[in-house]
Amino acid sequence: MTTSGTTPSPEGTELTEPSVTPQRAPGPRRHRAVPAATGPGPGLLELLRSSPVHQLGACLAVSVVLAVMTGPDGDSDHPFHGIAKSVLAPRIFIFLAIGLAFWALVQVSSRLGAVKQVAGERLAPVGRVLETRPGRLGGNATLLAVAILAPQLVSSAAQQSLVNDIGIYALLALGLNVVVGYAGLLDLGYIAFFAIGAYVTGYFTTKTGMPWHSPVVFNPFFVLPIALLVAALAGVILGGPTLRLRGDYLAIVTLGFGEIVQLLANNAQGITNGPRGVFGVPNPSVNVGPVHYQWSLDPKPYYYLLLGFIVLVIFAFGRIERSRIGRAWAAIREDEIAAEASGVPTLRLKLLAFAIGASVSGFAGVLYASEQFFSPQSFSFQASILVLVVVIFGGMGSRIGVVVGAVVLQGLAFYLRDKVPPADRYIYFGAVVIAMMIFRPQGLVPSRRRRREIQLAEAGIHGADPLGAAPDHAA
Amino acid sequence: MGFVHQFWQLTVDGLEIGALYAVIALGYTLVYGVLQLINFAHSEVFMLGAFGGLFAARGLLPAGDTPGGLASVGLVLAGLGVGALAGGAAAFALERTAYRPLRRRGAPRLAYLISAIGASYFAFNLAGKEFGRQNVPLPPLFHNGVVFHIFSAQVTTQNLVTVGVAVLMLILLDRLVSATRLGQGIRAVAQDADTASLMGVNVERIIVLTFIIGGLLAGAGGFLYTITFNASYNMGFVPGLKAFTAAVLGGIGNVRGAVVGGLVLGLVESYGGYVISASYKDVIAFLVLVVILMFRPSGLLGERLGRAA
Repeated sequence: MTTSGTTPSPEGTELTEPSVTPQRAPGPRRHRAVPAATGPGPGLLELLRSSPVHQLGACLAVSVVLAVMTGPDGDSDHPFHGIAKSVLAPRIFIFLAIGLAFWALVQVSSRLGAVKQVAGERLAPVGRVLETRPGRLGGNATLLAVAILAPQLVSSAAQQSLVNDIGIYALLALGLNVVVGYAGLLDLGYIAFFAIGAYVTGYFTTKTGMPWHSPVVFNPFFVLPIALLVAALAGVILGGPTLRLRGDYLAIVTLGFGEIVQLLANNAQGITNGPRGVFGVPNPSVNVGPVHYQWSLDPKPYYYLLLGFIVLVIFAFGRIERSRIGRAWAAIREDEIAAEASGVPTLRLKLLAFAIGASVSGFAGVLYASEQFFSPQSFSFQASILVLVVVIFGGMGSRIGVVVGAVVLQGLAFYLRDKVPPADRYIYFGAVVIAMMIFRPQGLVPSRRRRREIQLAEAGIHGADPLGAAPDHAA
Repeated sequence: MGFVHQFWQLTVDGLEIGALYAVIALGYTLVYGVLQLINFAHSEVFMLGAFGGLFAARGLLPAGDTPGGLASVGLVLAGLGVGALAGGAAAFALERTAYRPLRRRGAPRLAYLISAIGASYFAFNLAGKEFGRQNVPLPPLFHNGVVFHIFSAQVTTQNLVTVGVAVLMLILLDRLVSATRLGQGIRAVAQDADTASLMGVNVERIIVLTFIIGGLLAGAGGFLYTITFNASYNMGFVPGLKAFTAAVLGGIGNVRGAVVGGLVLGLVESYGGYVISASYKDVIAFLVLVVILMFRPSGLLGERLGRAA
């Protein structure tokens, strides 16, 4: 199909001299020899390998961007005032100095490889203890103790944040972790299932919250299994046809689905009460035998309820991870074709991961709805992204990792609450995501298997996720 | 005022927005062709181009009445040029920060999608901080009157400018990809990057240039968009998603497919929005995407990675 390869044109510089060594091919389809030695942080190593001048440029560029990010706002009438005031002010020197210092640090640390290695050997026994069974149990028990004590030690505003931001997002991240971390599928509309859970709760628990409601109202606890099933069903309906497609198409379809759900929640006023949201979902209560307990506006009991569910989910997913299903997911993630050839029913298992993820999201939706009022705003694309960021930041495939991710990121957001305008927080999130992907793609607390997969992928062996199945050009 | 009565007007409106979708869709299709990756941050390239063009045109606009004649032509051209440059620069910066470091390391594919999403978030929220978070209108650059009628539909100057410039850019791009040496390089990389590099094609360079070409188109498209709609920091998301839909609809990697997909999507959205409800316009577009992916994932004209032309 080459039409005019013979006609030279002014742009004729694209073909280099024949003697030039072949360029490195673009990422996804690259076949590179396995490097002889694998260093500690491949991203950092790459940075170290490039020339110092290049690095200096990068460091200074980043510090200018940081200066703009943290500088004053502009507005549409004076669009460049914000930038000008950030860059053409004395504060720029502070940022440039930080950039220079960082650059110097990198220069020095490239000669400190040996020191790093020694430190690694010193710390190795600690790592080995933590990887033994009693060591893991001890570590987990410590984390649980901290989680139980946490609300006693913080202010009531922080308690509220522990429930709404950290608890709910930790639960959501655990669910998304099954989809992204275990099965390696990218779901960008994950919050839609959360919305489905919340609206199902609205339907079954109150007669005043939504124009469309069930004839009989229930306690939110009884809605949990219903929401779980409805969300899982929605996941199967959406995933069934689309999971056959390439991985990146799945990302777009789920994104579209998330948007559809939010638009419906906003526009179908006759069913969902539209943008005003749903009020009046009752708080959950327990009335079993002699035990009578009613959750109320106080965030602490909610926190413990959520913590209970989170621990349960962590435990259950640990069992799944080590089961036949979990191993099959790992096989799909690492090499889908090989898995298929070995008799793993890949489509069914991917669908299962999708449905399990969706059901956790629906489950979290019930808890969220029963706590207070909710509106379509809580189900925006930004929320889907936030959950994804939590999973990636914490460490894909690691259950403790994603919970740590929720605590750190949402804790950071809570801490920045008064210091940075809330809308600016997403600038920082975006920057954190890019930096994570460049320097530490395995996340804060990576799972061992995932870390190894990324190392192998970087050495040119396997794709580390099923998105690697690029279409054959002959097709 | 039935559907039949409105049919031609809806067609004109649908073609106008469809032409814009086509221009943005080309950026997705080109990058997908060479990297097999969805460039999630392309919508922010479009947004930055729109702001660049808008600020340039607004800055050059003389005080007082709406200009006419040559002054209008000059303003539109200035807006297009600056918009395209802003888009190209944004695409270049994007490739440098969110793609190249990962490519050097041979990161898994999921990592690219995620870093592009991060870049998109970073870019549009930073734009919100610097340019304000309200809608920004472009003051009229020319007298917008009815030029002629197609049956019952009014065709305005604005329709003609948007569609005319978009069509011109589409033709130029089609020529670029099919009849220049650069286009040959792009097609070679899309077909097989390893072999292309053995044949002496500078793959890294082709990738950067592909990003820049997509950025130039999206930036100019962004300025065209502001002639009809307001600019805002989050303006990129919905048109970006729809342009991607258009690219998939026509067959991703297929340059002419992106054009057909854009026009079809614009028409479907315009008719559907009238028949059902304007507030469900976006739902219709997303449903088209989901249905297409389910039943004809290779698009209307078929995927043609590496054989674009």
